[in-house]
Amino acid sequence: MTTIYRAKRILTMNPGGPEATHVAVREGRILGAGRLEELSGWGEYRLDERFADKVLMPGLVEGHSHLFEGSVWAYVYVGYHERMDPDGRVWPGATSIEAVVARLREAAQLLADPAQPVVGWGLDPIYFGAARVSRADLDRVSTERPVGVMHASFHILNVNSKALERGGLLRKGVEHPGVPLGNDGLPTGELKGPDAMMPVAPHVGFDRELLAADPRGLELFARLAVRTGVTTATDLASLLPQNAVDMMLRVTAQPDYPLRVVSLLRLMNQTPQALVERALALRALSADRLRLGALKIVADGSIQGFSARLRWPGYYNGAPNGLWYTPPEAMRAVYTRALQEGVLVHTHTNGDEATELVLDCMQDALQARPVRDHRFTLQHCQLADAAQFRRMKALGMCVNLFPNHHFYWGDQHYAMTVGPERAERMNACATALATGVPLAIHSDAPVTPLSPLFTAWCAVNRRTASGRVLGEHERIGVEDALRTITLGAAVTLRLDHEIGSIECGKRADFAVLEDDPLEAGPENLKDVRVWGTVQDGRVFEAAAL
Amino acid sequence: MCSRPLPSEGRIGMPHTLPLPVTVIGGYLGAGKTTLVNHLLRHAGGRRLAVLVNDFGELPIDADLIEADDGEVLSLAGGCICCSFGADLLAVLMKLPLRRPPPDHVLLEASGVALPGAIAASLSLLADVALDGVVVLADAESVRARAADRYMGDTVARQLAVADLVVLNKVDLIDGGARAELHGWLAIMARHAKVVDAVHARLPLDALLGGELVAAGARSEPRLLSGALHAPPAAAADAVFERFETLVEDRVDAQGLAAALADPSLGVIRAKGIVLDREGAAVALQVVGSRAGISPLGSARAAGGRLVCIGLRGQLDCAAIRAAVDRAAGSGARLKES
Repeated sequence: MTTIYRAKRILTMNPGGPEATHVAVREGRILGAGRLEELSGWGEYRLDERFADKVLMPGLVEGHSHLFEGSVWAYVYVGYHERMDPDGRVWPGATSIEAVVARLREAAQLLADPAQPVVGWGLDPIYFGAARVSRADLDRVSTERPVGVMHASFHILNVNSKALERGGLLRKGVEHPGVPLGNDGLPTGELKGPDAMMPVAPHVGFDRELLAADPRGLELFARLAVRTGVTTATDLASLLPQNAVDMMLRVTAQPDYPLRVVSLLRLMNQTPQALVERALALRALSADRLRLGALKIVADGSIQGFSARLRWPGYYNGAPNGLWYTPPEAMRAVYTRALQEGVLVHTHTNGDEATELVLDCMQDALQARPVRDHRFTLQHCQLADAAQFRRMKALGMCVNLFPNHHFYWGDQHYAMTVGPERAERMNACATALATGVPLAIHSDAPVTPLSPLFTAWCAVNRRTASGRVLGEHERIGVEDALRTITLGAAVTLRLDHEIGSIECGKRADFAVLEDDPLEAGPENLKDVRVWGTVQDGRVFEAAAL
Repeated sequence: MCSRPLPSEGRIGMPHTLPLPVTVIGGYLGAGKTTLVNHLLRHAGGRRLAVLVNDFGELPIDADLIEADDGEVLSLAGGCICCSFGADLLAVLMKLPLRRPPPDHVLLEASGVALPGAIAASLSLLADVALDGVVVLADAESVRARAADRYMGDTVARQLAVADLVVLNKVDLIDGGARAELHGWLAIMARHAKVVDAVHARLPLDALLGGELVAAGARSEPRLLSGALHAPPAAAADAVFERFETLVEDRVDAQGLAAALADPSLGVIRAKGIVLDREGAAVALQVVGSRAGISPLGSARAAGGRLVCIGLRGQLDCAAIRAAVDRAAGSGARLKES
């Protein structure tokens, strides 16, 4: 049975016919896009008019997110900026410590069990000036329950006295750079970095093992995807234990699961050979809506955490250079092996020194295994300069940049981490396109919200939270941005033969929009309203979720 | 040898009132960390070592040492175990003291690019474990080239800078002149550390973990007894090292004594003791390279103190150690009078 959808406008990303009024769908795939008379030749059809006043785009592709974006809504949102939850409710920003405390207190009153922890997330005290959240602040939420608030970066956790006590840290003698102490010699309740958080995090409900296989989180993530027009999203770094794989296969196979999930296996402590073998085994387990078999490597840390590896002259504020998370020997060995076996590898680099090292390792690996069209992708790659983009092009690499950073932390990058000049070249989307490096852009959700149209807005406008335009010359046009959040991301996942554009033979994946992103004006791209999605020919209306 | 071992009445491992000691073993890839760990496991002499690894290499434990594998923990010969920690080092460390029987000592093998200083700091987050020392291995042939590498140079330098003890491994592959030059270079790069040469990372366990204490009062102080009574380790007889043991009968300034023993002129690579402090409370004393520390033993009481020092043969200044003990006792007595 063929369905032909009529729409106000269809933006296909197919240069052969960039715009259409109708799209024909059969068996979850696209027969073609064009005028009705062009499509009626496929035979008997049902004309579906429900999108007659909507704009269709290819289903949006989020090339760097984490399923944790779904799980995290089990906690109370206390971020500075407003944010939409999986039910479509927009939480206003909590713009002072008082507001954070009040919202947590409200949540505590709804909990029947007096021992149950109260947990918040999304805190961004960078906007509160010099004031820091202390355990005394959170003791005002409760002295009986453990209270914890995860920062927006997910690298810092604030807790109350009860949580410190449960985690064994309400004592003197703790000497750790991530655990500031008060005048009384006791921790203030701020825990910086994964090590410092670890003893306390499970007591406030952040349990990594639990979160790795959370079916409810996977469902909530998909609801957010429908609300933001996303039909394919990555889960970019998972350890993919078998129980998590089984759960993901089960949940994504449900007939009304609206999303294609691409989950990458992270290098942790396996040998390169064992890692690539596991990738191949996972690839064989792949299903239509759960794609497995690609790898993720983390080369360095984060810029705002001062753990990214920077080239000379290093951090603007003089902080020492960051950390290597993976030795070059391991990267080279994984790349070489993966090239040989046809396994896709994405590598996290934030600092430009990490990018340079990955390019070197890649060059060595390609010399040993000259493979074309490998699509190995640099993820974040925020500080790459023009010379590095030329090397990426020469080595056949793709890049997935992180323009959301400009909005959320651009002012801090300008003033503190990398200084004005490098802050203006960060996430150099225009340079990537001009150099011919296949480009995707991402949210790293839940670090920033899942919403490719917002990410496109960031790449087009490069506005910081304070309104500064950071790097005018690196802004890209709306059409380029829209191609990047569809076909661009699909290329980096080796899925561009299946998704990313509306053309004959591809999956019937559409983002259904109330407004026309080409007419809205570049400043308003983030405000384009999403009706829902069509995924594999199945229609999902956000309002009906 | 400066002295004969003292007659043994009972052996003291790590008393369970103390936090579990952790030795962080760092160094760049290929420096010999895994070789060292396997060597120590082979010569554990009855001590229950828990090895924590996070490496990208092949299986980090020699196959013949592995007795069982339950997926999370490798059970090894002699009651030792091995766990990999991946992203959850502290979670794994937190569980170790709860094991029955508990390990006597933890060897934490850091990844080749990890900063042992950061790992050492994170140990202070756990009340039940304590840093014993940071041992960094250096490959005599390649360490200087590594330290000059444009990407990894500062990582190698930061590893050496926090070392309490540097094991200069594979010294058989360089000549005497190069070795002397390397020691001069390490004196700058690893300025807090004592440096020992090694071949195939063969070092006696005692040199790294300290000798087991033989205390006169041990039998009457069951709280201080480890689970196992066993023969003295053969490693102490290693030709390169010598061992000095002494009774410490008087109350002493324990912190002062520990600091004095860490003075490079004494040649002490490792010291371990249980002594009575100025108030008469038993404290454990440990020195690893330049790191010196004491830990109270809670309510435990030892009838008299003991001290074991290990150093390179010919470099251990036994007279100076004795003098340091006497000084510590003297200052303690004076304080008591005042």
